[in-house]
Amino acid sequence: MTEAALTSESAAATVEAPTRSAFALRALDVVIRSIVPVILALIAGGLLLLALSRNPLTFYGQVWKSGVENGAWQDSAILMAPLLLIAAGLTVAFRANIWNLGYSGQFLLAAALVSGWGPSLVQRLPLAVAFVLLFVIAGLAGAIWTIIPALLKAWYGTNEIITTLMTSFIAIDLANILIKGPFQDPTVTIPQTRVLPFSDMLPSIPGTRIHCGLLIAFAAVFVVYYALSRTSWGLRLRIMGANPRAARHFGVDLKRLIVTVFLASGFLIGLSAAADILGLWGYARANWNPDYGDTVIPFVFLARLNPLGVVPFIAFFSVLSTGGDLATAEVNLPTDFMLVLVALILLFMTIIEWLGRSRPLGTSYLTPGLKQALRAPLAARRSG
Amino acid sequence: MVGITKRYPGVLANDGVTFTVKRGEVRCLLGENGAGKSTLIGILSGFVRPDAGSIRVDGASVQIDSPRAALDLGIGTVYQHSALIPALTVLENLMLGDSRALRLGVAAARARLAELAGSLGVDVDPEMRVADLALGAQQQVEIIKALWRGSRVLVLDEPTSMLTPQGVAELGAVLERLKQQGQGVVFITHKLHEALTLGDGITILRQGRIAGTIDSARMRSTDHEELRDEIVHLMFGAQADVYAEAPELQDELAEGHEPTPHRHGGHNEVLLELRNVTAEGERTELGVAEVSFDLREGEILGVAGVDGNGQRALAEVIAGQRPAARGEVLLFGAPVERLSVAARQKLGLRYVTDDRLHEGIVGSFPVGINLFLKRIGQPPFWRRGRIQRAVVDARATELVREFEIRTPSVATRAGTLSGGNVQKLLLARELSFSPRVVVFNKPTYGLDVKTATSVREQIRRLASIGGSSLVISTDLDELVELCDRIAVLSRGRIVGVIANGHGAAEEVGRLMVGAEAA
Repeated sequence: MTEAALTSESAAATVEAPTRSAFALRALDVVIRSIVPVILALIAGGLLLLALSRNPLTFYGQVWKSGVENGAWQDSAILMAPLLLIAAGLTVAFRANIWNLGYSGQFLLAAALVSGWGPSLVQRLPLAVAFVLLFVIAGLAGAIWTIIPALLKAWYGTNEIITTLMTSFIAIDLANILIKGPFQDPTVTIPQTRVLPFSDMLPSIPGTRIHCGLLIAFAAVFVVYYALSRTSWGLRLRIMGANPRAARHFGVDLKRLIVTVFLASGFLIGLSAAADILGLWGYARANWNPDYGDTVIPFVFLARLNPLGVVPFIAFFSVLSTGGDLATAEVNLPTDFMLVLVALILLFMTIIEWLGRSRPLGTSYLTPGLKQALRAPLAARRSG
Repeated sequence: MVGITKRYPGVLANDGVTFTVKRGEVRCLLGENGAGKSTLIGILSGFVRPDAGSIRVDGASVQIDSPRAALDLGIGTVYQHSALIPALTVLENLMLGDSRALRLGVAAARARLAELAGSLGVDVDPEMRVADLALGAQQQVEIIKALWRGSRVLVLDEPTSMLTPQGVAELGAVLERLKQQGQGVVFITHKLHEALTLGDGITILRQGRIAGTIDSARMRSTDHEELRDEIVHLMFGAQADVYAEAPELQDELAEGHEPTPHRHGGHNEVLLELRNVTAEGERTELGVAEVSFDLREGEILGVAGVDGNGQRALAEVIAGQRPAARGEVLLFGAPVERLSVAARQKLGLRYVTDDRLHEGIVGSFPVGINLFLKRIGQPPFWRRGRIQRAVVDARATELVREFEIRTPSVATRAGTLSGGNVQKLLLARELSFSPRVVVFNKPTYGLDVKTATSVREQIRRLASIGGSSLVISTDLDELVELCDRIAVLSRGRIVGVIANGHGAAEEVGRLMVGAEAA
């Protein structure tokens, strides 16, 4: 905002906002942009429940009870592990102005490989080695699946929204072929992989039921935070995200950077599949898709692409989701009502983004480059 | 205009500004960049609404709340940057203003064009596409467009910035005709000699306020030399002496100085050489074709030309930001076409971009980081990939002091700095760490005289220690003042290289025009 005001030639003096009010502004920014949409969504959800003649207080009370109380928070925490890893993977890409929307394919392909090879690997190798190997396999699967969009983007500037989505569909089908074919458990008739014995799953954090995949997720979030804020790679990435032209001017090797960002993003998304399969499910079924990426995206933007800022939002959603399963049953609604709440958050974010075009409502959810990337295919279609 | 006040967040752009234009008078609004000229034009032409004050036309107080209202009141504006549609013909451009009627009156429009062109003493072909017109002719069309609906007051915003010296003389003749017809003209400029030669009266703006007025009687009775001193004093107050030598403030067009090829006694080897370099333009802008020149040690080579004739392509192909389709770029005698931007930087090549805000800095990053964005990953600022914040901040603080960047701290976001301070930031980044060859693209464009003077001083200092500069500028006065030789860029080609000296400005102007006509 200040930048726009200052580019006008008529500025007779420099604006030097005192740091104190700048801090207050930033706090207000967080409230308006990040917290208000969530609160409005919860209120609108309550009104919707009233319209369906359910008591919203009972519903939200039940969410709290079965999402947090009596150890239920541990179930919520288990759900956080894959969500945090995907959020970290998306944050890396989005901060660099790259729309990696192929998360479903990257996740499911990695999940198929882990659940397909997992049962035999844990038997043949020491458990710790097998786990490390499986995590690496999952990460590499996710990373490799981004290579085609990455190369196309780096060398020909091909719009990655289209290429990642298309490669994602291929990966989803490939995962299903693997599960129905080579990885099929011969002892059952339904198409699914062999189930990992409970003793061969990721160990729990002592004193809880939470598997240590959550620790890996937190570590990954912190690594992303550190890489983005302290390393030269992170700085180059942020320059490219803020202003690709400036990045070229500063001598950033854009091709190499685009490829490494894609690989890092895919790797983290692949890791989330390993954490989820080895920690929670133990097997994968054909046509299974938990849609973690779709649920995570609104929260990545609510956190304004801050890798640490996304943690409370993921925690909030995990509680909402875990508690919501029982709460919806309690008030006799389908569990899809939880998706309605997420959709309402997105709706209110969109409204605030739209209002923010003409009113000072803080900085946008999207970086300028991301907006452009999003508009580009539409613009191309219009002119073509 | 009486007591016009306009505030922007944190800035008082106009503070109680009052001035009048009489029938048949050319009133110059003189002030350096940031003095509030643009805001005043915005208010006159209906794009900006004043917070206080009133505007009177023929004694009656009026509200100008839209550009349409301004036109209805007879205030026509010619903006600094062309508002014509290049793909349409002259006649079609002129008829755009009549679009309220359903049917276009082509015959009537043709007659009106002939009438206006005749009264201004200019010759315009109504069927020419605007894109095919020379810039001087485009400006004449703009003036005709502003007069199209019977304007009484004509506002010209920096009308000479795109013109050659010959073009300025033509504009002077048109202004003379306009005066005879009883038009009031508001002529906005930051160049003193233009105000003195073209204006009947001068109003001087300084930091949003009227610093002084010189009426037509005094303009006639006092000689230019004396007026100049007075105006410089009004523009800068106590600091006037410091800037008195700046080319913007001379009372006549600068004379070229004799080149000083051996000023540092070196053997003047060629540091940068281009051989038949061709590079594509981006989107609508021109590229460069078959460009060849050399740049010697300690030399300042100017590149003159009207904006948009391939300047950016030339700068970027040297910096490595744009590939050369053909030809060779030699740095210290070795070809560098295949080297990346970063590799060329390491060899001592620097590029001060003209797009300071959108390419030169990352506005959301602190000043301190912006100073080292071309050294990412290099020690001592980065060690094993990790930023050394203490080193960065300490060195940044030194640079901020050395280059006099006005910023609250090195942690301030660079996007909040004023244009002049952003340019100082770029210079601090490019001129530190022993530069050998520096490409300056429009180094003083849009800067106040104080900063522009210090930028030119930096370029001279670099030359005095043996560094070479390629100064790409649209400001001919600046090039004549600064350079040893001046190359003329027109339609993406170098049409001539002239040794600076007596009559160089005219020669450059002739080359610019000659190439345009060809």
